[in-house]
Amino acid sequence: MKPPPFEYHSPSTVEEACALLGSLEDAKVLAGGQSLVPLLNFRLARPSHLVDINRIPGLDAIYERDGGVAVQALARQAGVEDSELVARVCPLLTAAVRLVAHRVIRNRGTVCGSLAHADPASELPAVLLALGGHVIARSARGDRVIEAGTFFRGVFETALEPDELLVEAWFPASPGPFAILEESRRHGDFALAGVVRAADRLALFGVAPTPVLADPADPARGLRPSGDLEATPEFRLHLVRTLTDRAFAA
Amino acid sequence: MKVNGFVHPAQRDPRRLLSDHLRHDLGLTGTHVGCEHGVCGCCTVLFDGAPVRSCLMLAVQAEGHEVSTVEGLAVLGAPLHPVQQAFHECHGLQCGFCTPGFVMSVVGLLAQHPNPTREQIEEGISGNLCRCTGYASIRRAVQRASELSQQTPSPLRGEGWGKGR
Ligand SMILES: Cc1cc2nc3c(=O)[nH]c(=O)nc-3n(C[C@H](O)[C@H](O)[C@H](O)COP(=O)(O)OP(=O)(O)OC[C@H]3O[C@@H](n4cnc5c(N)ncnc54)[C@H](O)[C@@H]3O)c2cc1C
Ligand code: FES
Ligand code: FES
Repeated sequence: MKPPPFEYHSPSTVEEACALLGSLEDAKVLAGGQSLVPLLNFRLARPSHLVDINRIPGLDAIYERDGGVAVQALARQAGVEDSELVARVCPLLTAAVRLVAHRVIRNRGTVCGSLAHADPASELPAVLLALGGHVIARSARGDRVIEAGTFFRGVFETALEPDELLVEAWFPASPGPFAILEESRRHGDFALAGVVRAADRLALFGVAPTPVLADPADPARGLRPSGDLEATPEFRLHLVRTLTDRAFAA
Repeated sequence: MKVNGFVHPAQRDPRRLLSDHLRHDLGLTGTHVGCEHGVCGCCTVLFDGAPVRSCLMLAVQAEGHEVSTVEGLAVLGAPLHPVQQAFHECHGLQCGFCTPGFVMSVVGLLAQHPNPTREQIEEGISGNLCRCTGYASIRRAVQRASELSQQTPSPLRGEGWGKGR
């Protein structure tokens, strides 16, 4: 067996899932599995319990709400990519989701899972931040709305409590000029650095522990990106400046 | 779970990956395993008609669902599936390690785009790695598969195809 031992739970309602998350020690939600299962296979994650939400019916809607689009926990990235509603109301999200991995991964991966995972190089958290969207977290204690600006706390770290299920993400409409530009080594890879423009707002990803808002006139100010085998900090700063120029030239 | 049309008993150990279940428990070794973290694509199978990475699913998650592997594309002795035929004609393989994954991804791609543009072909195969061919012949094979698919109705083209899930 590749994954470490865990106890498997497959609730059939959101209430049941929240009850499990509230009562179990060290439980993890399993959504699309496109980030969690690799971590299990490499034994980088060793949760005692997996709460698989895939058998909860009616949790995969993509619908119009408050002038934006709401994406529920089990809506796959491929479904969002193909959604006419998303293309009409929030074309920035359509453009962004196409940059996430590959279609085969997007067939399973969820938008909410990507937000909950909070990889600093991920596109969708930066889109949520640039648009000023929010997520809804549910637990046995009730629902709570968490604004994008306070949701992302650090590398793979969010404001979600261990007993909370992210049930829905809300992306405001993107009617004005928008762009998402990134540089990666290979098509479909995580970005070395990327920028999201929503009208006159700018969010950056891949250059800090979380996505960050920046000033379009001086996007690299105050940034101290890390360096690795793929890119030096200087190169990442260069990418931020160049991609911002391009995003605002359009 | 149904695999290539046949019902198989459930896998009880939740730690069993779908890829390992297919290979070790069901003996369907056509599904290959390379990286086990979603990068190489050689474990790609169809899950309710849409291509997914079998190394990133637990076997228990496939309970009550339909899985198709490369073995299910053509029965022994019958003509090859159009995508297999195209890979054969266009030399879309050398060592063959990546081939089952490419074939299943392309079956999914053609369900989504029966007449793919060059860009859609490149996008569609970008999630699969091949160490041998240099991809040019694979690109040609996809083009050819699209032509062949329109001539030969495929047995796998029915209900539930191309739904992005
Ligand atoms: C080869 C490859 C390339 C990739 N490239 C990219 C890329 O370029 N950009 C990118 O952004 N992503 C990329 N990904 C990751 C992919 O987008 C994942 O689908 C996504 O990060 C996680 O979504 P998921 O539904 O698969 O979540 P899972 O893997 O199931 O879960 C991920 C984490 O989030 C938690 N979680 C998930 N859903 C919820 C919920 N509803 N409530 C509370 N917690 C939850 C889980 O407990 C876990 O900790 C890539 C993945 C692979 C395998
Ligand atoms: S073995 Fe599944 S993608 Fe490489
Ligand atoms: S044919 Fe050898 S890896 Fe593709």
